[in-house]
This record gives sequence, structure tokens and C-alpha cells, in this order.
Amino acid sequence: MSPSPTSPHATFERQDTLLQVRLSGAWNWSDAAPGMPEEPLWAGLSGVRLTADSLSESDGALLAWLISFSRAASARGLALDTTGLPEGTQRLLALALAVPPRTDHPTDTAPGFFASLGLIALHLWADLPRALRFTGEITQSFARLLIGKARFRRRDLLWLIEANGPRALPISSLISFLVGTILAYMGAVQLAQFGAQIYIADLVAIGMVREIGALMTGVILAGRTGAAYAAQIGTMQVNEEIDAYRTLGLSPIDYLVLPRLIALVLMVPLLTLYAGVVGIGAGMLIATTVFGVGIREYLNETVLALSWAHILIGMFKGTVYGALVAFAGCWRGMECGRSAQAVGEATTSAVVTSILLITVSASVLTIIFQRLGW
Amino acid sequence: MSEVAISIRQLTMAYGDNVIQRDLSFEVQRGDIFVIMGGSGCGKSTLLRHLIGLQAPKAGSVCYGEEDFWAATEAGQDALKRRFGVLFQAGALWSSLTLAENVALPLEEFTALPAAAIREIVSTKLALVGLAGFEHYYPSEISGGMKKRAGLARAMALNPEILFFDEPSAGLDPLSSRRLDELILELRDSLGATVVLVTHELPSIFAVANNSVFLDADSKTMIASGDPKHLAAHGPEAVRNFLSRGESS
Repeated sequence: MSPSPTSPHATFERQDTLLQVRLSGAWNWSDAAPGMPEEPLWAGLSGVRLTADSLSESDGALLAWLISFSRAASARGLALDTTGLPEGTQRLLALALAVPPRTDHPTDTAPGFFASLGLIALHLWADLPRALRFTGEITQSFARLLIGKARFRRRDLLWLIEANGPRALPISSLISFLVGTILAYMGAVQLAQFGAQIYIADLVAIGMVREIGALMTGVILAGRTGAAYAAQIGTMQVNEEIDAYRTLGLSPIDYLVLPRLIALVLMVPLLTLYAGVVGIGAGMLIATTVFGVGIREYLNETVLALSWAHILIGMFKGTVYGALVAFAGCWRGMECGRSAQAVGEATTSAVVTSILLITVSASVLTIIFQRLGW
Repeated sequence: MSEVAISIRQLTMAYGDNVIQRDLSFEVQRGDIFVIMGGSGCGKSTLLRHLIGLQAPKAGSVCYGEEDFWAATEAGQDALKRRFGVLFQAGALWSSLTLAENVALPLEEFTALPAAAIREIVSTKLALVGLAGFEHYYPSEISGGMKKRAGLARAMALNPEILFFDEPSAGLDPLSSRRLDELILELRDSLGATVVLVTHELPSIFAVANNSVFLDADSKTMIASGDPKHLAAHGPEAVRNFLSRGESS
């Protein structure tokens, strides 16, 4: 059957030791290109001649086929005569074949399930010494601060305090209010069965002030501040701003990490306390409007339930979570590569690391304080 | 008699086990405008990072005068760093600071000058690079060429003996590029600074450089050093090709 005049076609004809390749038809990406010659046809050849007398059109598919064909021919040591091709095609083909393809590129095979698990484990294991080194650098920086040798701009610190304190109040208010509401509702439904709705106040006060206020503040800051720290410092890494500090003999840890860490450590206990107060307010709203508890009763019960230990433990936990968020954000930022994608990865990684560290430390601290009987 | 500002001895640079360049040995004389040349990916910027203390060598030494940078203590390295200024490829200005604050920061850190004197110096440095009146602009508010000039003002803040430039002409229009070349020559002549440039801009190389080293990516070592004009006529074939944009082959 003869080929359609509109489809790409190649005929391979042997003339003694010369392979004559005739190309015809319309070569478009939308049509399937002809296959390569069968293996026996290549045997004993000394050269290949390409002609394209009845070519109707080509949108680049012809060039792609010619490149593949040329590579197949040169792999067999055959010289290619392209003088029978249109002049433009000859030039483009020469251009495409001018530099031999790189062959030593890494294999791009996706690892299997277990290999992936292994790679993740190796990656986490490799993180450990880097995290310890970064911790050491921060410790040295703090030591320099204590003896008055670490220097950063006070204005930067004040700006960071404002960004991470007052400006975090709206989102902190919203989340704390909603969490307080959930806690009050969940508790009240159970307590109402025993007519003990008044104990909603105990549940919300202790829960919010001692545990959940700090936890929610930590999680909010992980997404809000930890990500911002990683993105800010990562972008500075991309723009060589951190290199600029180093070439001046200035410590980027002193200038960038220390003020961020201090800002969060100063602000998070206050945000935690604030979250507790908002949560208590939300609980009171639910208890008084839905479950018929009096405002005075609720406040009295809250005061009776709360002790300084609850308040201080909550603030301490918040401080720890804040320090961990600052650590994760700054660490991932300082480790960032030098591309836009690397900044995205550093930001994501900062949030994941922060939440992981908060969760682990929350468990550890809860167990420690329970054991100590505080 | 000329005095050696920087001497590189048997320097080998590597990322892990991947050697980028090996056995580099050359000297930069005081007052030289020295250019590090070579094709893309040959290790020019990596060599610069070794010279400015951002990356430690696998082997060999980088000496400023007689002091080996990489054998020095951290305090010694910091002291050596104050003898040079660096202009990074895109300026590397600190984005949260104004241009004046960028230039002032090294002065505030390493001098005991009063604030008024620092303001004067900052204005002078910015005027020298053609940015008078831009003191209160942030880096995001100025063009790429202006960022480079502001970066140069910051690099000059402490009157360094040596100025390093990483691809200073990259991304600049021909006129801005020429003005920067003239500025480099002026800095060398008026301040007596030694200048080390990483570039492959041929007009800049021929306009300013009096000494050079050529790094070859294939052999992973330097294959020529000397005045680029001399190398263009009498250097190895690869260097002549490079300096004539392939027209000598």
C-alpha cells in the first residue's frame, strides 16, 4: 500500500554498500514518525545518503527524526551524506549534531519504596550533625552576646519583636478563641451529664494556660514566623547577602539568627499568656450563654483552678516552642541552596521541622512535668 | 620593585571528591588589575570564593603578603578580610537596609568614627560611584547597575587594599559596563588599590587588565598567565581562541 501524501514517510533502499534514505510527505509532530531501518539493513554499509525530493512540509518533526537517525548511523561508524536535504534542514542538523550528547549524566531512575525509606533515614541522619553544628554556632553567638561582643542592629530586633508580637495578635486571637470554644463545648457536653458544667472553667483554664495555648501559639508561629525566617534568610543566601557578611568578617549568626531567636523567645511567652486569656474568654462565653453558668461563678472557678505553676509551665513551654521555631526557621534558611526552588524547599522544611520539634518537645515536657508532680 | 599582594601556591579546589582545579600557582602584584579568565564552568567564581575566604581549599595556600589566609586563626582571617572588599555579581546589598546603611555598616562595625563622620564618608563613597542623593533608597528601589555601584561603594567603605569583583559587567548595558571599567581604572590609579576581577567580558579584559590567569575546564588547571594582550597574540591556542572569540582558529 502506498503511503498517504500527507503523512511522513521514509524509504530505505540499499545500493551496494550505500543506504539511500528517501524522505517524503508532511512531517508534523501530530503524525507518528517512521521507524528506523531494521538491523540487517545496517550490516556491511559504508555510508548513508539522505534525500528529500518530495517533502511537502515540516514543523520540526523531520529534524528530530534526522537527529535520531544520524546518531544511529554514527553509532555504527557510518558517514552521512545530507546534501540531498533542503539547505535549511542541513544547517539545523549540523548545528544540532555539533556537540555530542553528554553520556555521563546520572541515571534518573526513581528509587523503590524501601530505597526511598533508606534515603529518608540517611537524610535525617545527615541532618543531625548539621543541626548540632548550628546549635553550637548559636551557643557561641549567645556567649558573645553575654560578654558584649555579639553585634546586631537594635532596630532589627525591635522590628522583629513587632513583627512577631503585636502583629501576630489577630491570628493568635482567632485560633485561641476557636480552640477555647471547642474545648468548652467538648467538655461541657460530657460534664453536663453530671450537672458539673461549672467545671468547664477548670478544663478550659488549665487546658489553655498550661498546654494548648503554648501548643497553638507554637504551631501558629511555625507557619507564620518559622516559614518567614527560612524564606528571608534563604533569599539572602541566594542573593549572596550572607556571603557579604562573611567577607566582611561579620557573623551572619550574630546579625541574622540571634535577633530572630531573641525576638521569638521574648514574644512567645506573652503570646502564650494572651492565647490562654482569649481561650478562657471563649470558654466563659460558651459556658455562660449555652450552659447557664454565671459569669462570676465561672471567673471564681477559673481563679481557683489556676495556679502559678500552670501559668509558668505554660509560658515555659511557649518559650521552648518559640525557640524551636526560630531555630528551625533560621537553620533551614542558612542551609538553603542558591535557587528559588531551594528557598521554597527551605520554607517547607522549616515548617515541618518546627512542627516535628514542637510535637516531640511537647510530649517530653508533659511527661517530665507530670513526673515532677508540677 | 613591585610587591606581591596575593600569592596562590599549589591551590587545589574541590567539591567533595570532585576536583574543580588543581595546582594553581600565581601571584598578583600590588597595583595590578588582575583578571581570572576561562570558559563557563571552569571554576573562576570558585577560585574567587577561595580568595575571599568563603571556601577552604582542598590543598595549597592563599597568602596575603606573607600571611596564609587558610592557616590563620579565625581572628587572623577576620583581620585579613578587612584588607579587602568584595563586589558580588548582583551587588549582594542587604535588602533590609538603605544604601547609606549598607555602606555605613562596615564603618560602624570596624571603626570608632562618630556618626557624623560616617555619614560624610558614606555620602562620599556613594558620590564616587555616581549615586549621590540615593542614600535613603532601598536596594529594591534601584536598577541592577545601580546595585552594583552601591555594592562597590560598600566594598570601598573601609578603603581596602584589594578589591575583588565577581563578573562586574554581567547584565550591564555596554555604556554602563564601560563606565564601570573606567571606575575600576580610576580606583586603582587614585586609591592605589589592587583589583582582582572574575570576568569573561573581552572588552573589559582588554580595557582594564594588566595581568591574568586562564583556567581550563578540560585539564582542570591553569594553562596560561600574564598580560591578556600578550596572551591574545602569543598565548596557547585555547587562550588565543578565547580572547579572539574563536576567530584565531
